[in-house]
Amino acid sequence: MTTEHDIARPGAATGPLSGRSPRRARVLGRAAARLAFLGPGVGYLIVLLIVPLALLLSYTIFRRGRFGGVVYETTGENFSRLVDPLYLDVFLGSIQTAAITTLAALLLGYPTAYAIARLPRRWKTIALVAVVLPFWTNFLIRVYAWVILLSGPGLVNEALTGIGLIDEPLELLYNQGTIVTGLLYSYLPLMVLPLYAAIERLDPQLREASANLGARPARTFWSVTLPLSMPGVLTGCMFVFVPCLGNFVIPEILGGGRSIMVGNLIRDQFLKARDWPFGATLALAVIAALVVLLFLQAWASRVYGGTGERRA
Amino acid sequence: MSRTRCTRRLPAAAVAAGLALALAACGGGGATTSADDAAPSAAADQLNPNADLRKQSLTITIWDGYSPKDLPQQVEKKFGFPVKVAIHDTNEMAMAKLTAGPDSGVDVAFVSGQYAQALNEQGLLEPLHPELIPNLANLFPEASQLSYDKGNKFSVPYTWGTTGICYRTDMVKSEPKSWNDILNPPADLKGKVTMMTTERWLALPALKSLGYSINTSDDKQLAEAKDLLLKAKTSLLAYDDTTFGEKLDKGEAAMVEAWDGWCPTTNPKIKFAIPQEGSDLWADTMVVMKSSKNKEAAHEFINYILDPAIHSWVSENILYKVPNKAAMDMLAKNKPDLLEANAPLKMTPADLLKGESIIDLGEASTKYTRLSTEVSASQ
Repeated sequence: MTTEHDIARPGAATGPLSGRSPRRARVLGRAAARLAFLGPGVGYLIVLLIVPLALLLSYTIFRRGRFGGVVYETTGENFSRLVDPLYLDVFLGSIQTAAITTLAALLLGYPTAYAIARLPRRWKTIALVAVVLPFWTNFLIRVYAWVILLSGPGLVNEALTGIGLIDEPLELLYNQGTIVTGLLYSYLPLMVLPLYAAIERLDPQLREASANLGARPARTFWSVTLPLSMPGVLTGCMFVFVPCLGNFVIPEILGGGRSIMVGNLIRDQFLKARDWPFGATLALAVIAALVVLLFLQAWASRVYGGTGERRA
Repeated sequence: MSRTRCTRRLPAAAVAAGLALALAACGGGGATTSADDAAPSAAADQLNPNADLRKQSLTITIWDGYSPKDLPQQVEKKFGFPVKVAIHDTNEMAMAKLTAGPDSGVDVAFVSGQYAQALNEQGLLEPLHPELIPNLANLFPEASQLSYDKGNKFSVPYTWGTTGICYRTDMVKSEPKSWNDILNPPADLKGKVTMMTTERWLALPALKSLGYSINTSDDKQLAEAKDLLLKAKTSLLAYDDTTFGEKLDKGEAAMVEAWDGWCPTTNPKIKFAIPQEGSDLWADTMVVMKSSKNKEAAHEFINYILDPAIHSWVSENILYKVPNKAAMDMLAKNKPDLLEANAPLKMTPADLLKGESIIDLGEASTKYTRLSTEVSASQ
C-alpha cells in the first residue's frame, strides 16, 4: 500500500530528510511496484510480439522452402531482391498513397478536432462518440459498404442519374482515388482523436493573451494554437500513416486489385507465393522505414513539445 | 516415424527438383508428366481392415462450408470414432499447417490436386489402400486419369471442375467463345470485365489464348503472356477472385473469368462458357497423411464421403461437380431442376478431361508469382 502511495505522489520519495536505510527500502519498494505494474504487459509483449518478430526477421537470411517455411541455408538474395525496381516502385507508391491520405486526414481532421474541442462539455462527449462510432462495426463490412455506394449500378450513381446530373454512370470505383478515399475514411478517427487531445489541453488564457496583445484570430492560430498542438499533429500523422502503409484490404476491394501496396506484396509472399524469407525481408524494410519515421516524430515532438511545456 | 522422415526429406527435395527440371525441359508441352513418375512412393503401412475404429479419432482439415455441417456427428454415429474439423481458407494455409512439423495432427486433408502432388513428393502422404475404400467403384473412370495422380495412388478427387467465362446474356452482344473476348473485349464491354488474380488463373487466359500449356515454365512464353495481360488490364474493371459472381449479378460486370461452381447460374440471365482454346481441369482431393495414427478410420471416412448420398451433398449445396458417377446419377434423378438450371453441373467427365490439369511447378512457381506481381503493380 505504501508503495502505491509513493507512486501516486512521486515527490514524496525524494524528501531529503529520510535516512539511508528507509530510503533504500523505499527505492526497492518502488522498483517492486514498477515490476508489478509493468511486468505483465512487458512480459506479454516480449513473449507474443518480440519473440515471433525476431523469429520472422531471422528468416530474412535464409532461403525459401518449396512448400512454405524456410530452408536453413543462408543467403543475401532476399535483400538484393528488395532493390528490384518492381518492388521498389510498389514501395514508393505505397509511401505516396499513405502520405496523400495522411495529408488529407490532417486537413480534414484538424478543423474537426478544433471544433469538437470548443464545444460545450456535453456535446463534446457526443461528438467524440460519433468519431469512434465506425469502429463498432467490422472493418470489412464498412469497406464493402463503399463498394455498394460507389459501384457502377451503386447508390451514388443511381442518385446522380436519378436527378439527371449525369447520363452515364461514373467510374467511381477501382482507382487510386478510391483507395485514398477508403483509407482516409478508415483512419480519419485516428487523426481526430490525438488532435482533439492536444487542442483541448491548451490553456484558453494563452489565446486570450494573444488577443490582448493585438493578434488577430488567424495570427493567434498560426503562432499559438498550431505550434502548441504540433505534438498532436505528429501523433495523428503517425497513427494514420502507419496503418495506411500496411493496408492490403482496401487496395484489393476498393482498388479492385488493379494496383498493389506493400501490404499486399507482403501478404502475397506468405499466403500465395510461399516465400516466407522474402515476405519477412519486405516486412523488415517496412519496419525499418517506420522506425526511422518514429525517431523523426519523437525528435520533432521534443522540439515542439519542449517549448509548449515551458510556455504552459 | 519421425526418424525416418528426416532422412526422407533430402531425396524428396531432389526428386522435386528433378520434376521441375523435367517440366522445364519439355516446356510444359501438355499434361503428360504424371506425378507418379516422380513420386517417392513411400512404402504403404500395413493396415488392419478389422481394426477397432472406436479406438481411433480423426482430425480433418477442409475449407469452411465445403462439407455437411453435421458430418462429424454422422460419422461418429455410424462408425463410433469422433471427427474434429479444422478449417483452412486456402491451399497455402493448409500446406503451411501440414508441412510445419513432423506430425501436423491432421489425418485427412482436403487440398487441390497440385498440392496433393506436392505433399506426396515430400513423402508426407500415405499411399491409399483401395481395398479399404470399396466406394471408389462409384467414381467415374475418368476420375483416375487426373495427371497429378494417375490411378489415384495417394489422392481421391472430392470435386472437380474447370475455369471459363461467366457472363450476362443481356449485356453481351454475342456470347463469349474465346479467351480473347476477356483479354480484349469489344468497346462496349470495356470496364465491365474482371479476371482472377491468383497467379495460375491470372495467367491461364493469356497462356491458353497463345496456345501454350498452363503449366509452362518457359520464360519466353510467360513474357508473351505478360504482354497480353498488361494490355488486357487497360480494359478490366477489376481483378477479383471472390466476388465476381456478385459483380455479375448486380450488373457491375458483364463478363468475368470464373470457376464453374462460382458462376451464379441460378440467375437465368447468367451463363457459363468454356472458351474454344481450352481451359484447366482442377480437382480438390482427399489425402491421408503419412503421420496419421488413425489410418483405418481415415480410409473409412473417405469411403463414407464417396457414398452417393453424402457426396451428392456437395453438388446440391455448393453446385460443384463431384467425380462420383453414383452421386451425379442420384442428383439427376432426385433434383432434375437443379441440373437444368445450372448448366455447368451437366458437363460430362469426358468434356472436363479435355481441360489441362494444373500441376505443381516446384521452383518454377516463383515465375508465376513474379508475373502476377508485375501485372498487378503496373499502372
